[in-house]
Amino acid sequence: MSRIESDDLTRMASLARLALAEDEISSMTRDLEQILGYVAALEELDTKDVPPTAHGFELATPLRPDRPATPIDPELAVANAPAHHGTAFLVPKVLEEEG
Amino acid sequence: MGSAETLLAGDLSTQREGLDLGEVSASELVAASLDRMTARASLGAVISRDDEAAIAKAEAATQRIASGKPLSQLDGIPIVLKDNIVQAGQPATCASRILENFVSPYDAGVTERLEAAGAIIVGRANMDEYAMGSSTENSIYGPSHNPWDEARTCGGSSGGSVAAVSAGIVPLAFGSDTGGSIRQPASFCGVVGFKPTYGRVSRWGLVAYASSLDQIGPIARSVSDCALALDVVSGHDERDSTSIPGAAPNWSADLANAAAASADGDLQGVVIGLPSEYFVEDGVDPGVLACVREAIGTLEAAGATFEEISLPHTTYTIATYYLIATAEASSNLARFDGVRYGRRADHVKDLEDLYRRSRSEGFSTEVKRRILLGTYVLSAGYYDAYYVKAQRVRTLIRRDFEAAFENCDAILTPTTPEVAFPLGAKSDDPLAMYLSDVYTVSANLAGLPALSMPCGSSQGLPVGVQLLGPPLGEAAIFRIGTAYQRRSDHHLLSPPDAVGESKP
Repeated sequence: MSRIESDDLTRMASLARLALAEDEISSMTRDLEQILGYVAALEELDTKDVPPTAHGFELATPLRPDRPATPIDPELAVANAPAHHGTAFLVPKVLEEEG
Repeated sequence: MGSAETLLAGDLSTQREGLDLGEVSASELVAASLDRMTARASLGAVISRDDEAAIAKAEAATQRIASGKPLSQLDGIPIVLKDNIVQAGQPATCASRILENFVSPYDAGVTERLEAAGAIIVGRANMDEYAMGSSTENSIYGPSHNPWDEARTCGGSSGGSVAAVSAGIVPLAFGSDTGGSIRQPASFCGVVGFKPTYGRVSRWGLVAYASSLDQIGPIARSVSDCALALDVVSGHDERDSTSIPGAAPNWSADLANAAAASADGDLQGVVIGLPSEYFVEDGVDPGVLACVREAIGTLEAAGATFEEISLPHTTYTIATYYLIATAEASSNLARFDGVRYGRRADHVKDLEDLYRRSRSEGFSTEVKRRILLGTYVLSAGYYDAYYVKAQRVRTLIRRDFEAAFENCDAILTPTTPEVAFPLGAKSDDPLAMYLSDVYTVSANLAGLPALSMPCGSSQGLPVGVQLLGPPLGEAAIFRIGTAYQRRSDHHLLSPPDAVGESKP
């Protein structure tokens, strides 16, 4: 396990779609450095033959009957949208217009 | 003081009796709860309320009960929900700027079951933003205060739900527990908090923090009240793929049978394990240890036997928890992007900018910290070293419990190593805050049912004792907890001003 640098943090912020101010980057780098230092204790354990646990309670993937049901009313579904047009969510233009 | 106010301070069975005998109506009980909420507003326990809806529903419950047709044991009982359990037509902010104006278009599975049972939701409870915290200080609404000492934390992240029960606003509340978020505040505020086996209660409509750890559970004034509440909200829900199939047991009936079989609720033949790793003198407040040892004595007198056990990987639980929880959180919180719901930043230049600025303006520092840590441990080159490593250690922790439960029916520990700390004491030190969950996170990692109940006080503040059971082992915990509460009165104590009287 390695040390975290402010460059790493900038890359993580970009992956997580977060814009951080300079002072946030340095304080977060410090915090994560401290937390990663603490979790490094796990390295002491030999786990190469131990399978990972992904769930709180192991269950087979359940199946349910494929039957029609009433979906949420589209008007209600967009009611919380910051911007919508009819029942469509509005976002800034993604594609350039042709010509 | 009228009878509705008196009843409000009691447990569920007292209120049920009062309602069914017509001593008080559901409308009066709900009105008393709303009044109490106003009187104790300084606690910051409840962050939104809809009195009109609650009063209308209480009126309907009053009619049902008067005609001798209550829907369930919870009909007409005022309750609060943590603000991450959605309710149609009501806000669900998760105490976050980004969801400040969100109104849920649907009900959580738990909400549906509670409303079908006639429970009256009188308000939505404060919490740490997205359930990330152990003190309910990380909320856009400001902190919730401990009813026993308002300068101290009520714990977290379900602090508002717990404070509402402790302060006598409601007899029952629901919270969520990802690493101790029901049990740690219950311990700090002198009430009972229960985290069911993972999968017992539907997570449909619970805003996800760490999906493999999150579980909804009740907070009440007695163990038997928690059993009753779990009877109502548990059971399979096909909308949650991790929901345990089949019908859940009836734990209240089990408690009644146990009581009938033995007048004293005898614990003859019950073996309780004491993990040596949790009873380290230098890590625990001596006052907390003294209370827990006294509880052990009480349970011994009830017939239980105690055996020292070992959970060798205890020291790795917090590290394992924070790697898994933050990884899952970074993925779960990706959905808050300012497009379909939630806050959107102004004057964005393109879609990418919209995502970045909406998220950065909407999330608090602690939420960003956890998203960044989670993103780091899931990123190329670190995934195996951190995330998969933590999942492997999670297996070792689970195996510790499997081995321990071969020799005992339940495990007893302190819930927390210390009593409620002063507000602000750990706000600037994320790691110190994380370490306050040291005794509670293992139950989430191993998917176990776990309960915290009051067992005394230290420095004038409540102390909690924790009982852990094997997966699906709720019944044993409820029996042991009920046997204890039959022999102790710690759960009957109320904080100053808890019953609606003004301070002298």
